[in-house]
Amino acid sequence: MTKHFLGDTAVLLGRSLRHITRSMDTIITTTIMPIAFMLLFVYVFGGAIDSGSDSYVNYLLPGILLITIASGISYTAFRLFLDMKSGIFERFQSMPIARSSVLWAHVLTSLVANLISLVVVVLVALLMGFRSGAGVPAWLAVAGILILFTLALTWIAVIAGLSAKSVDGASAFSYPIIFLPFISSAFVPTDTMPGPVCAFAEHQPVTSIVNAIRDLFTQRPVGTDIWIALAWCVGILIVAYIFAMVTYRRRIS
Amino acid sequence: MTTNHIQKPAIHVQGLEKSYKELEVLRGVDFDVARGSIFALLGSNGAGKTTIVNILSTLLRADAGTASVNGFDVATKAADVRESISLTGQFAAVDEILSGRENLVLVARLRHLKDPGAIADGLLDRFALTEAAARRVSTYSGGMRRRLDIAMSLIGNPPVIFLDEPTTGLDPQARIEVWQAVRELAENGTTVLLTTQYLDEAEQLADRIAILHGGRTIVNGTLTELKQLLPPATVEYVEKQPTLEDVFLAIVGADRKEGDAGNDRKCNTDE
Repeated sequence: MTKHFLGDTAVLLGRSLRHITRSMDTIITTTIMPIAFMLLFVYVFGGAIDSGSDSYVNYLLPGILLITIASGISYTAFRLFLDMKSGIFERFQSMPIARSSVLWAHVLTSLVANLISLVVVVLVALLMGFRSGAGVPAWLAVAGILILFTLALTWIAVIAGLSAKSVDGASAFSYPIIFLPFISSAFVPTDTMPGPVCAFAEHQPVTSIVNAIRDLFTQRPVGTDIWIALAWCVGILIVAYIFAMVTYRRRIS
Repeated sequence: MTTNHIQKPAIHVQGLEKSYKELEVLRGVDFDVARGSIFALLGSNGAGKTTIVNILSTLLRADAGTASVNGFDVATKAADVRESISLTGQFAAVDEILSGRENLVLVARLRHLKDPGAIADGLLDRFALTEAAARRVSTYSGGMRRRLDIAMSLIGNPPVIFLDEPTTGLDPQARIEVWQAVRELAENGTTVLLTTQYLDEAEQLADRIAILHGGRTIVNGTLTELKQLLPPATVEYVEKQPTLEDVFLAIVGADRKEGDAGNDRKCNTDE
């Protein structure tokens, strides 16, 4: 059946993309929280935060982009959960199609939806004074990191969507991920944090990803951060993918 | 579907067992379904009807026993089984956000058929859904949803169709419409395995009926054979009162007979 994999995935992707274009509110609500954080931190706390950067919105944006993705993937889990619940997942699984294309369609939809949300957030940041002299290669590198991060978190969302018992359970898993940027270099430099907190912040994935994107935006040479960032993204992606597949096999047999 | 498959029963189930952890749901189920017939699995809630349907449609693996559909073993030839069947699950598995027509086109494309649009239009017409074709399914009534669900199962003319409690939750009028659709299927040579908890449904539709109880098929036969299991009928004279269903259909049947006009009108105002 694998000969139909690409065709079936394309058909099912078309289906889920229609879900998104017919309920643009999911994109809007995805972007509300990160935009609210951005407004709050730039216009309320920003003046008192010494980020060592001349423009706080420039400093803040990379972390906000990660929060956008973290809140966006909860909809992926939600949509997958609804498919499981409504029986349409079983209908697809009982049809002569490449079975895994059902999951891949959700994953690709997640990618498209998150990219739209990210564009919206970047546009708002531009209105708030975000500026970057980064050239096309640097922007492409940022896009690459964000796509990899989205894919990694999407596979976590697939695990949640497949194994959740309720709608709330399907989306609740994303809260800790949304919270992770707060204990990182996303909002403030880590060196003012007390020892153990700083150690955690320095060694969790968000800090290296945020630092790498920040360096790309400010045209500073990217250090080892980008490799650590990529290692985290690929590592999470592989582990989440394996667990998602284990969960999936358990659900369909 | 070579000729040697034609000779075998469309569905063959032998010694099927399935447990969910401690709970033994199936404890040795046997039955055969002849080609082109309607077979009803009768049982109360939790008797294991859906479990059997899920095993036969390759969604679930049996712990023991064998099952084959259209001559293909469900465990070893799952892909061939999926080419041969359609599953209409217990809850109408339709996409609420898409329109009725889009749902049909989706399934036709997933079955890799030519001209999905024409297939969709044909089925919309056959199931009296043409007027509602462009509307989102979330605006459909329960009966319309079920008709769409069955229409989706017919795409690609699979030789075997599983209908898991197709009329649960439907009003009497919609139930009769589903029955009519099922009869037409069998007339066209499709094998139908139907599960139901309604005795009259099995009585109305099925060529053969099996009763599932305690994880086993305790009886299996035609309606006449099943009736012979009871003590001979005694003749009593009872005044025939109309049932509530007769009354309901007599009152609402009149204006609902013209297609589904009443139904559609109600939904249009909902939009």
